[in-house]
Amino acid sequence: MTTVPHAAQELEALAVPEPPKAGVVTRPKPDHREFVRFPHHYRILHACMICSFLTLALTGLSLKFSYTPWAARLAHILGGFETAGYIHRFAAVVMFGTFIAHVVGLVQNKRHTQSSWRTILLGPNTLVPNKRDAQEFVGTMKWFVGKGPRPEYGRWTYWEKFDYFAVFWGIVVIGSTGLTLWFPVFFTRFIPGSFINVATIIHSDEALLATGFIFTVHFFNTHLRPEKFPMDTTIFTGHMPLAELKRDKPREYAALVASGELEKHLEEPQPAIVVKGIRAFAWIALTIGLSVVVWIIYAMVFAYR
Amino acid sequence: MKRWYLVFVVALLLAAGAAAAPASGPTSDDCLACHSDKSLTTKRGGRTVSLFVDQKKFAGSIHGSLQCTSCHADVEGKELPHSTPLAKVNCGSCHSDEAQQHAKSLHGKAVARGDALAPRCVNCHGNHDILPVKDPRSSVAAMKVPFVCGQCHREGTPVQTSRNIPEHDILENYSESIHGEGLLKKGLVVAANCASCHTAHSILPHTDPNSSINRRNIAATCTKCHANIEQVHRKTIRGELWEKQANSLPACVDCHQPHKVRNVFYSQGMADADCMRCHANASLKSADGRSMLVSVSDVASSRHVKVACSQCHSEVNASHVRPCETITHKVDCTACHAEVGQQYQRSTHGQMHAKGDPNAPFCKDCHGSHHVLGKHNPESLTFATNVPDLCAKCHREGQKAALLYTGTEHQIIPRYTESIHGKGLLKSGLTVTATCTSCHTAHRELPASDPESTVNPKNVPATCGACHHGIEEQFVQSIHSASVTKTNQPLPVCNDCHSAHSIRRTDQDGFKLDIMNTCGRCHGEIAKTYFDTYHGKVSKLGYTKTAKCYDCHGAHDILKVADPNSHLSRANVVATCQKCHTDATRRFAGYLTHATHHDPKKFPFLFYTFWGMTALLVGTFTLSGLHTVLWLPRALQMRRELKAEEAREAEEAREDEAGGSSSQPPNTPGGKG
Repeated sequence: MTTVPHAAQELEALAVPEPPKAGVVTRPKPDHREFVRFPHHYRILHACMICSFLTLALTGLSLKFSYTPWAARLAHILGGFETAGYIHRFAAVVMFGTFIAHVVGLVQNKRHTQSSWRTILLGPNTLVPNKRDAQEFVGTMKWFVGKGPRPEYGRWTYWEKFDYFAVFWGIVVIGSTGLTLWFPVFFTRFIPGSFINVATIIHSDEALLATGFIFTVHFFNTHLRPEKFPMDTTIFTGHMPLAELKRDKPREYAALVASGELEKHLEEPQPAIVVKGIRAFAWIALTIGLSVVVWIIYAMVFAYR
Repeated sequence: MKRWYLVFVVALLLAAGAAAAPASGPTSDDCLACHSDKSLTTKRGGRTVSLFVDQKKFAGSIHGSLQCTSCHADVEGKELPHSTPLAKVNCGSCHSDEAQQHAKSLHGKAVARGDALAPRCVNCHGNHDILPVKDPRSSVAAMKVPFVCGQCHREGTPVQTSRNIPEHDILENYSESIHGEGLLKKGLVVAANCASCHTAHSILPHTDPNSSINRRNIAATCTKCHANIEQVHRKTIRGELWEKQANSLPACVDCHQPHKVRNVFYSQGMADADCMRCHANASLKSADGRSMLVSVSDVASSRHVKVACSQCHSEVNASHVRPCETITHKVDCTACHAEVGQQYQRSTHGQMHAKGDPNAPFCKDCHGSHHVLGKHNPESLTFATNVPDLCAKCHREGQKAALLYTGTEHQIIPRYTESIHGKGLLKSGLTVTATCTSCHTAHRELPASDPESTVNPKNVPATCGACHHGIEEQFVQSIHSASVTKTNQPLPVCNDCHSAHSIRRTDQDGFKLDIMNTCGRCHGEIAKTYFDTYHGKVSKLGYTKTAKCYDCHGAHDILKVADPNSHLSRANVVATCQKCHTDATRRFAGYLTHATHHDPKKFPFLFYTFWGMTALLVGTFTLSGLHTVLWLPRALQMRRELKAEEAREAEEAREDEAGGSSSQPPNTPGGKG
């Protein structure tokens, strides 16, 4: 594997050349600008998602694993089960809000960029899985076993697309069963009472899947990968070092260079204090998430009943 | 024996003689020829004695139809006027029973001794003018008996002064007594006179076991008239006890002193003063060193204030200088408290006591001795609020009863104190709250294993029902009641759910959260499935408002779900759900409150949903886990390469600084590997 070209050198080539002043030998100022992968509102939605998701996980799992001593303690810390229930439903409302805001954002973005549905769904930057994803998946597998090069990923890798639609699936499944459990009297006007039992199982097991997946697979895939260790903060800062864009999303990078739009996506790095705050937040979220994983393993393996 | 025989034969011969030769002796007229003369006298022992016989009186007497010779038999065959005095008349020739009684009596023996003061028949009955006893004019008519006896037993008579008669002022006392008043002032001839108690002819000293006034017999004597006196006195004393075991009871005369019987209550018998002569002394000690001081104020303020010493210390003998030296047994309260005594004998305490166990509590261990107070007196050891402490003396952990006890109930006293009953009694001062004795009884406590015990499972509902009657009414109609469910399995009673000594308030969290485990002790499977559902899970988190067993099934009125009256019957189930879920519908009630996803037969829906979800989870985690694991070595490799590159860049940057001439940055080959 050869080394990635020096970012500054590349940028120099891209940047509009400054007319050199006569008689003065200038050394160009190194460019520290970073690629903006996530616009502002995506970062906010992700933060909302983190807060509501962690809250839902903690309050919900304390009920699912009510037979473990930690559950009772947690419920107690949260102000008793009744309060924990209110918190859970409040967080659910926040998550629904996040979900709706995202969908509204998609539509607004379409209008803003004046792109067609076709571009959005089938274009190169689409989140919808397509044939190329299958090819990249096969290529990745080959790379994993040392039988080929690392595929040239685009803006969204197949695992990122999986993560994205997993949330859609989760919101629908957990959300609908959750509403059933929230308003059982209303829903039993249409469905038999025993479906509440079914909804309980689906809600809780799907939630287990979601928490388990987010706190292990998602954490590894996006935040804790060894080459990005200790923390990939792109979703929080919105910024991605250009070198990283080039390395991890070469296809997107190439497209941007080709269309000459890369310059539009570059910004000065976030101030150090913001990055620090973001790291602190991310670490807290990560710690809670990993603790929940430990708890789930304990409850499932050592205390299951 | 021989003497009786002789008397009998003589009597027979005399009777035969009289019948065989009625006209052989002098007739009464012959006698009266001389004895009707009022001036007929004779000298006897230096005194002039009239020999006049009042013919009129004799004719009117009970013996009027008899001939003189019937009594004066020895005049037979004598020349008239007979020169020698006739022998004394032997009334016994006809009145043999009376004569025999008299012969054995105090009076008869004195006669035999030749005591000049000893009374014979005539001293009381007279001679020629004897009237029937029922005749008010008779000298031994009821009204006159006191006077007849009083002739000798009056203060100042030779008998009273020179003979050993322990009683004083007999006639005076009698005449002022209730008996004397009845007889003499009110003319009530059935009122007791001297002979009623002492008998007419068998008068014996009270020390003689055959005497009618002996301790053993006095009750029988008094009850001749006061037949139902035991009921008037103490309902608990059976008549037979009064008569058969007179020695263990105070005798009538212990309270109602002879001759002085007053129509008042005898608060302090004579004996009390006698007892206190010694027992008021603070330094009085028993042989084993115990103080024998009796505090007058203790007794005076006790419930037994009107009970004389000897009524409890019944073996005292008043004729001894130390009346108590005849005492051989401890005080037996059952003399008066017979029913309680029977209960005690049946109890564990009583059975231990009967075996001579020194640990066994006896009456005074709980009730005290001279300062016995009623259970309604707050000062009393047995007042409700003092009962737990009283029982704790032995039943507290480490004390003698707790050490002997082998059952399952421990820390009884602290647990009771913290229980709703204990708090009610000791903190709220509610004296109607259940104390130890409310459940175990005061005198008849038995182990729960005894079928007669009030705390035997069979009897517990009734025991608790004594206060919680409404609950008992519900319970006996519930599925848990032995009267409804016929089974060999043990059925729960009150204490199985509420415990025995640590009963808690049912409206507080502790009880509410434990009830599922409590029911689960018997209904294990159903409790487990409850904990698999929402209600069960939130209860585990300490949420008490969730539906608990009794919220749906009822607490004391649990019935089979199939029973139309059950809270969960088709007709009632929706209303039951509506207690919490106000708008619940019939379909809502279809929620499975005891569902488990482990039973494919009963709950196929849940079973397959669960396994479907589990498959989804396992599949997802397996694939993504594998993906991650395979990625890891590549990722690590990339990390190493990045680090190496960074290091090289840093090196080049340093070289750059050092060279400083080149404006061209180092050209590194691009591309990916």
